[in-house]
Amino acid sequence: MSQLAGKPTAAKAAELSRERLIGREFSGAKPYLLLPLLALLGLLLLLSLALGSASIPLEQIVAVLLGGQADHQSWTNIVLKFRLPKTATATLAGMALGVSGLLMQTYFRNPLAEPFVLGVSSGASLGVALVVLSAGAVGGALLAGLGLAGDLLLTVAAGVGAALSMTLVLLVAARVRSSVTLLVLGLMFGYLVGALVSLLLYFALPERIQAYINWTFGSFSGVTAAQLPILALFALSGLLLSAALVKPLNALLLGEDYARSLGIQLRWTRFAIILATALLVSPVTAFCGPIAFLGIAAPHLSRGLLGTSDHRLLLPGACLTGACVALFAALIAELPGNNLVLPLNVVTALLGAPVVMLVVLRHARGLA
Amino acid sequence: MTLSTRDLSIGYRRRGGSDIVLAGALNLRLRLGELVGLLGPNGIGKSTLLRNLGGMQKPLAGQVLLGQRDVARLKPQERARRLSMVSTNAPRPRLMSAYALVALGRHPHTDWLGRLTAEDHAIIAWALGAVKGAELAQQPVAELSDGQRQKLMIARALAQQSDIMLLDEPTAFLDLPRRIETMALLKRLARTTGLAILASTHDLDLALRNCDRLWLMNRAGIKAGAPEDLALDGSLGDTFRAEGIRFDQRRGSFTLDQAAGAGVYVAGDGEPAIWLRRALTRTGYALDDQPGDIELSHQQNGRGSIWQLRVNDRTSQHPTIEAALNELERNTK
Repeated sequence: MSQLAGKPTAAKAAELSRERLIGREFSGAKPYLLLPLLALLGLLLLLSLALGSASIPLEQIVAVLLGGQADHQSWTNIVLKFRLPKTATATLAGMALGVSGLLMQTYFRNPLAEPFVLGVSSGASLGVALVVLSAGAVGGALLAGLGLAGDLLLTVAAGVGAALSMTLVLLVAARVRSSVTLLVLGLMFGYLVGALVSLLLYFALPERIQAYINWTFGSFSGVTAAQLPILALFALSGLLLSAALVKPLNALLLGEDYARSLGIQLRWTRFAIILATALLVSPVTAFCGPIAFLGIAAPHLSRGLLGTSDHRLLLPGACLTGACVALFAALIAELPGNNLVLPLNVVTALLGAPVVMLVVLRHARGLA
Repeated sequence: MTLSTRDLSIGYRRRGGSDIVLAGALNLRLRLGELVGLLGPNGIGKSTLLRNLGGMQKPLAGQVLLGQRDVARLKPQERARRLSMVSTNAPRPRLMSAYALVALGRHPHTDWLGRLTAEDHAIIAWALGAVKGAELAQQPVAELSDGQRQKLMIARALAQQSDIMLLDEPTAFLDLPRRIETMALLKRLARTTGLAILASTHDLDLALRNCDRLWLMNRAGIKAGAPEDLALDGSLGDTFRAEGIRFDQRRGSFTLDQAAGAGVYVAGDGEPAIWLRRALTRTGYALDDQPGDIELSHQQNGRGSIWQLRVNDRTSQHPTIEAALNELERNTK
C-alpha cells in the first residue's frame, strides 16, 4: 500500500533514487565498450595509411600527414593523393552504411533490412547503366578512354539515380502510412529498376558492360581529394540528423503505435529517417558503388558487441563498426605485398555473409 | 483532467464513398480514480473507440476532450503526458531490459536524448513496484512471459504519469490467473493513483467483478453504468444476445445459449450440489426447481462420496460425477 500511495513527489523521488535506485538501471548498456572499438578504428586507420602496394616507412607517412615531405616525392604523392582519400572514403562510407543500416532495421523492425531496401542502389545502378548504354549508342567516344572523365560521369549518373530514387521514396512515404507497405514498394521498385538495368545491358556493347560491372564491384579508391568534401558533407549531415533521431528510434522499438502513444511525431520521424538514409547512402553509392553487406552486418555487430538496443549507444556503435569493417575490407581487398586487387564487394560479402548467417541462426534460437 | 466526448462519431472514411459509422452521437465521460470496462461483441468498434479517445485516429465528427482541450489538436508530446495506452500485444524487443522498457514511458518528460534524471529513475522504480515487477527490472524483456511483458507495458504506461490510461484488450493473450491478476492490478491502480482507466475486454465475468463502471457498446450505441444496474435492467443481456450467449440474471454470469435438455433436480446447497449443477448445465440439462422425474444427489458413505441418480423409480449409484452423467445420458436418450 505504501509504495502505491500516489505518485512520488520530486523531493521524495530524489531521495529515493539516491538511497537505493541509482545503479538499478540495467539497460544492459555498457558505454565503455565503445572504447575498444575506437581503439580498433585508430589502429585500422593507421594500417590503412601505412599498408599498400608500395612500402613506405611509417615515420615517413607520419611526416607527410603532419604536413612535411617524405624522402621521395612519390611517397608524398602516394600518401596524400591515394591512401589518405581512400582511408577517409572508407571511414565515411563505413560510418554512413552502418548507421543507415541501423536506421532501416529499426524503422522496419526487421533484422534483415539494409540501406538499399528502399531502392537507392537500384536507382544508382540505373543511372550508371543509362550512361553505359548511351555511350554505346553515341559511339565509343564518350567512354572510349574511360579515364577520369568517364569515372566522373558514372559517379554523377549514379548520384542522380540515387537521389531521384530516394526523392521518389520520400514522396511515396508521405502518402503511405504503413512501414510494411513502404518496404514492399521499395523491394518492388528494386526489381522493376533491376529489370530495366538488365534490359539496358542486354542492348549495350559487351565492352561497355565491363564499365558497369566494374562499378558494381565497389571501390573506395575512386574518390579524389577534391571530391572528398562532397562525400564528407553529405555523410556528416546524415550522421548528425541520425543522432537527433535516437529518442524516436528507441520508441520505435515498441512499434509505431506505441511510439505515437509515447509522444513521437510519427510522420516527421519517418521523413527524417528516410532523409537521413538518403543523405548517407546516395553519395556513398555514387562514389563507391553498391557496397553490399556492410550496412546489414555493422548494426548486428554493434548490437552483439554492445549488448543493447539503446540507440544512444547503438548509433555510435554502428558508426564505429561500420568504419572498422570498411577499412578492414579495404585492407583485405588490397593485400600488401602483391599487386592483386580484389573487388571490394567480394570482400565485404565474404566478411558480411557469415555474420548475417550467424545472426539469423541466433535469432532462430531466440537468443539474438 | 477528465476525458470526455462531445457528440463523438467514430468509424472509417471510405475513399469516394460514404463513411462507415460504427457509433455516433457519443457523449461519454471518464472520471478520475475509476476503472471502466468497455464491453461489447466482436467488431462493434471497441478498438476504434479507444483509438479515437487516444487521439490516434480522427473522429468522423464531434470531439474528444481532455479537460477542455481537443485531443486531436494536442501536440503528441503533450498528449502523451496526459494519456497513456496499452494494446493487446506486448512487444518483444530484443536486447532490452525490463527497466529500459519501463523507462521508455518517461519519453514525454525527458530531453531530446531521453536522458533520465534522478526523479525519472524514482518514477520508473515506483511504476515497476506498482505492478509488482521490481524483481524483473534487470531481466531481458524478450525472455519474459506474455503476462510479465504485459505487466511491464502497464508499468511503462504508469511511468508516463498520465491522468488517463486506455487499454485495448490487455488480457486477451494471457492465461486465466494472469487475467485475474491484471484486472485486479488495474482496479488497484485506479484506486491508489487516481488514474482514470478504460479497458476493453472480453472477460465479461472479470469485468463485472472488478470494474467500477461499464461501457456497454452495441449497435444502439454505448450505455454506461454500474455493472449491477446494467445487469438488472437487462442491458447486459441485450448487448450480447446476438453472440449466442445468455446472461443469467440470478447467477450473474454468462452461459452458452444452448437448447436445454431434460430437467434434473439437484437437492441441497453444499459444494457437491454446486458442482453437480455446473456439470448438468455444462452438458446441456435444465435445472428443475422441484423434485421431478430425474434427480441427482450426493451422499456420503463409509468409503467416501457416492453420486446417486434417480430416473423415475430406478436409482443407481456412481463413484464419480462423470459416471453419473454417462448413466443419465443413457437413460434420457
